[in-house]
Amino acid sequence: MNKASTWQFLRTIMQRDLAVALRRRSDIINPLLFVVIVVTLFPLAVGPGPDILGRIATGVIWVAALLSALLGSERLFRDDFLDGSLEQLVLLPAPLPVLALGKISVHWLLNGLPLVILAPLCALLLKLPIDAWGILMLTLLIGTPMLSAMTAVGAALTVSLGRGGALLSLLLLPLFIPLLIFAAAAVESTLVGTSAYGQVLLLAGLMLLTLTLAPLAVAAAIRVSVN
Amino acid sequence: MSVVLEAQQLTSVRAGRTLFSDLSWQLAAGEILHIEGPNGAGKSTLLRIVAGLLQPLEGQVLLFGQPQRDDPEYWQRQTLFIGHKPAVKAELTALENLSLQSRLDGVQLDDPWLLLETVGLLGLEDIPAQQLSAGQQRRIALARLFYSEAKLWILDEPFTALDTRGIELLHQRFAQHLEAGGALLLTSHQPLTWSGERLQRLRIEVADE
Repeated sequence: MNKASTWQFLRTIMQRDLAVALRRRSDIINPLLFVVIVVTLFPLAVGPGPDILGRIATGVIWVAALLSALLGSERLFRDDFLDGSLEQLVLLPAPLPVLALGKISVHWLLNGLPLVILAPLCALLLKLPIDAWGILMLTLLIGTPMLSAMTAVGAALTVSLGRGGALLSLLLLPLFIPLLIFAAAAVESTLVGTSAYGQVLLLAGLMLLTLTLAPLAVAAAIRVSVN
Repeated sequence: MSVVLEAQQLTSVRAGRTLFSDLSWQLAAGEILHIEGPNGAGKSTLLRIVAGLLQPLEGQVLLFGQPQRDDPEYWQRQTLFIGHKPAVKAELTALENLSLQSRLDGVQLDDPWLLLETVGLLGLEDIPAQQLSAGQQRRIALARLFYSEAKLWILDEPFTALDTRGIELLHQRFAQHLEAGGALLLTSHQPLTWSGERLQRLRIEVADE
C-alpha cells in the first residue's frame, strides 16, 4: 500500500521535472535568447536615440517576454503525455491540483525567474531610465508566475491534440492582454513620476487569482487529456 | 478466498461504438484475470476503467467492496497500473528513473542496485533511458513490480518487447504476488504459462454493428 504523503509526491514530481529540464538546457536557454535577440534588434531598427527607445522599452521587453512564454509552452506537458507519466500523475493518491501547482512552480523557476534576472540587461540595452528598473523587475516578478500558470492551462488543454501549437497561441494571447496592459501602465506611471501602487496591486491581485484557479483548471484539463 | 475486485454490469462506449456491455466478474485474492480479445475489442479500455483513468458509461467497479467513485484515493493507494506507455523519463538514467518512481510508489528502496540486478539492468544504470532498447525501457517500467506491495496489479500487455528471460522473470514475480494474496489483471497476446484454477479468462469480442 502506498502511504506516501501529498508533500512527498509534490517534492518528487518537482525534483523529477527539474532533473529532466536540466538535461535539456536548450529548452531553457532558447526562450531567454529569444528575448535578448528581440531587445538587441530594436535599437538597430528604430534608431539608438534615447527618447524613442526609453519610451518603448517597457513595451518591447514585455511583448518579448509574452512571446517567449508562448515559444516553449507546447512542451510543458507534451513529454509527460507521450511517455505515460501524465496518466501515472493522475493515478497518484494526491490532489491533482497540488501536483499541477508543483509543475507550474518548476516551470516558473526555469522560465520565469531567469527573465526577471535578465530584465536589467534588457533595460540597459533599451535605455530605460534607471528609476524604472525596479518597477520593471517587480512587474516581471509578479507577471511571470501568471504567465507560467496560464501557459500550463493552455498546454494541458491542447496536449492530446498532437499539433496544438497554433491553437495554444490563440487560446493564450487574449489571457495575456490584461497582464501586458497593467504591467506597461505601472512602469509608465513611474516614468512620468506618479505612483504605480494601484497598477502593482492590481497585478498582484490578478496573480493570486490566476495561481488559485489555474491549478484547478490544469487538473481538470489533464483528466480530460488522458482519457 | 476474499474478493479483491468486482465489476458490476460494466458498459463502455467509445467514439460511438459499444465496446462491451453488462460485463460482470469477480477477482479473488491469489487469482489472475487474463483478458483476451482481438485488437480494438476494448481490453485496454477495460483496464483503464479499473485503474480509474476512465469512467464506465454504466456500472461500477469495487475494490474490497468499496466503489471506486466513493474514494479514489483509497483505490489509488492499493493498485498499481502499468499501461502501454512505460512512464520512463527518456532523459534520466535507469537508476534515476527507479529511485524517483519508487518514491512516487511510496517505497523506500534500500538497495536500488539489487533491484537493477533483478531486472537485468546492472551495468546500464548510468545511461539515459532514451539510449536503451525498447525491452530495456520496459524493464525499467516493470521494475516497479519487484518492490510493489499494491494488492491489485493492472498490467496492459506487460510482456511487450521483453525477451524470453524477461517473460520468465515476470512469471516468477507474478507467482510471488499471488502467493502473497495479491490479485492480477492483465491483457496479453502471449499465452500465459499458467495452469489450474488460479487463472480466469475473460474474452471480449469486437462488437459487430
